Amino acid sequence: METVNLKINNIPVEVPKGYTILQAAKAANIEIPTLCYLKDINCIGACRVCMVEAKDKNDRPMRGLLAACVYPVEEGMQVFTNTPAVIKSRKTTIELLLSTHQKKCLSCVRSNNCELQKLALEYGCDEDRFTSEDAIYEIDEQSPYIVRNNNKCVNCMRCVAACKNVQTVSVIGAIRRGYQVHVGSPFDKSLNDSPCVGCGQCIVSCPVGALTEKSDEDRVWDAINDPEKVVMFFTAPSIKATLGESFDLPIGTNVEGKMPAAIRRLGEGVKAYNMDFTADLTIMEEANELIQRITTGGTLPMFTSCCPGWVKFVEHYYPDFIPNLSTCKSPQAMFGAVLKGYYAQKTGIDPNKMFVVSVIPCTAKKFECTRPQLRSGDGDYDDVDVALTTRELARMIKRAHIDFADLQDEDYDLPFDKASGGGVIFGATGGVLEAALRTAARTLDGDFKKIDFEEVRGPEAIREVTYEVAGIPVKVAVTSGLGNARKILEKIKKGEADYQMVEIMACPGGCINGGGQPLQSDSVRNYVDYKALRSKALYDQDKTSAFRCSDESPVCKMVYDEFFEAPGKEKAHKYLHTSYVERGNKMN
Amino acid sequence: MAENSLSFKGTKAQEEELMAVIAKNKDLPGALLPVLHEAQEIYGYLPIEVQQMVADGLGISLSEVFGVATFYSRFSLNPKGKHQISICLGTACYVKGSDKILEKVEEKLGIKSGECTPDGLFSIDSCRCVGACGLAPVMMIGEEVYGKLTPKEVGAILDKYINEEGGKQ
Repeated sequence: METVNLKINNIPVEVPKGYTILQAAKAANIEIPTLCYLKDINCIGACRVCMVEAKDKNDRPMRGLLAACVYPVEEGMQVFTNTPAVIKSRKTTIELLLSTHQKKCLSCVRSNNCELQKLALEYGCDEDRFTSEDAIYEIDEQSPYIVRNNNKCVNCMRCVAACKNVQTVSVIGAIRRGYQVHVGSPFDKSLNDSPCVGCGQCIVSCPVGALTEKSDEDRVWDAINDPEKVVMFFTAPSIKATLGESFDLPIGTNVEGKMPAAIRRLGEGVKAYNMDFTADLTIMEEANELIQRITTGGTLPMFTSCCPGWVKFVEHYYPDFIPNLSTCKSPQAMFGAVLKGYYAQKTGIDPNKMFVVSVIPCTAKKFECTRPQLRSGDGDYDDVDVALTTRELARMIKRAHIDFADLQDEDYDLPFDKASGGGVIFGATGGVLEAALRTAARTLDGDFKKIDFEEVRGPEAIREVTYEVAGIPVKVAVTSGLGNARKILEKIKKGEADYQMVEIMACPGGCINGGGQPLQSDSVRNYVDYKALRSKALYDQDKTSAFRCSDESPVCKMVYDEFFEAPGKEKAHKYLHTSYVERGNKMN
Repeated sequence: MAENSLSFKGTKAQEEELMAVIAKNKDLPGALLPVLHEAQEIYGYLPIEVQQMVADGLGISLSEVFGVATFYSRFSLNPKGKHQISICLGTACYVKGSDKILEKVEEKLGIKSGECTPDGLFSIDSCRCVGACGLAPVMMIGEEVYGKLTPKEVGAILDKYINEEGGKQ
């Protein structure tokens, strides 16, 4: 590999040719502050925060300051990252950004976790040095999942890049120019009028408080304080691997014991169930559906349907593939149907008085709750009343002043407490398919021993594997991120792939990197493989689980014996399966 | 941003012309800009319907098309009126109070600069120096130049065009 030798703040470093100054500096353990730069997502050199001074190999000062995030290193170059000229430039740049920024920092959800605030503090900025016209943008809160407040936007374009480059959905973009430039949907319409899939990758890319989820915390507090309501929480598989980050625990800390303990302390009688159970239930239905499709000549490949961002993507952009989507409801929707269907009948609790709260890593799940196709009962209620993101649950725990980090571990509430290792790994890319393979293989071949399908895990964008099960070759593929999903769909369209089953998650890395997960700033996202750390927490738990296949779940056995009979049976179909609609890919 | 209040009245012939332009440019790098230029030539402006056709034709998102269409002031999202009013906001006219003239025209017609009246009769734009600084402040309606204007005179001038139109009907 060709390398380049240079000095950064007089420290000699040797880095591969083509490295940017920013990358080279990191190799010398010097961090250069950034704002618009987001590794692998946005690299446009626009914000001018990462400016540095440099001399060329002949010791001559290079012209002007250089944007470290895009400037490639040169042989013999000397870079200076903290000179008075650099500091002055950064300070002025940040003060100019602050001049148009709505500085409602005290009440902003990003307070203490805002990249602009951090920079302003570091450079001793005066937020009032430059004054500008007052904030003028209308807040867009029409969608059920994402709120955009452009008065706080710094036009870094990280959300636009995540939407366009990673997800290839591109429902937002830069509009107008100069002082009037802002981010929005075409013709300045609401995001809700666009074919947005609601994945929330824009939110987790935002450095400031311009993008947030549509908060449902108040509705949950109201229900907790309503003596008529029975409040039932359940937490998605990935939450245990990420919630701790909101309480300053290291990335990848598994807080499965603290989580139900904290939820119970939010209010009297609040139940904390384990959604990994309905992940198992999804597998029971999905493995059965796969076997049915393969043996009866059904539509193949079958696509997983647990990810609401992916499902909405198919409905908007690839409606021809709707028959390929598994008809299984997502684990969230199944849990709603189990509680308001099965459990209401079993316990005699009026489903109208149940207030079902899912905690999910996801903003698209907020939309999923409102899908009319998911109502399993005859009453005027959604099966899941509210979907809270990991961030919202963390804020509720903070408001209740629960000392999360020091909580003693507790179990989930009966009877929906236990789940298999297969249910746990639903939260990482490849997990659903692996769990389905475990159960489908054992169903087809009682002697099948393989539990770890490691080939479908891992960091490659698209994984394709063929397994031999009971003499049948089963061809599967896994991917995450909608840009990658599009590649797989195009391949299938062209007849270049003949998979039986494909797992797709809208967010890169799966739910552990969902749009509702705790926010990690650029200084983490650019340098730490946080997705791998979060996934590891799930795979570690899987390895030590008491049982690892969904078909071993005693809770699944209970609900089938008492109510649903068996996978694919009429009652199971009524409560646990759903249908999809074509939505069109244009602005409304 | 104000959207045009007139419904889109594109013809089949215009659409065919646009499709030919798209086909001609489709595989060239940076095709969007020349296609938008020609689309504006064909339709006179770039409403959402036209931008959507361009996006679909070039296989890019409407967001991208709209971003470019709003970046360059040469592109208009609104149709032009039968009488195109252009008010000079160049230095000489501006110091002679052409901003007041613009204000008066906007008030009289009930639309803002860059927009078109619902009846399609007038559109207003501002421009930079028409080369008649001696006559500042200057307003043009079509090819007609009105110089040394005062806000008071604006009403009567516009009424002339409105009455002319009324007489025809």
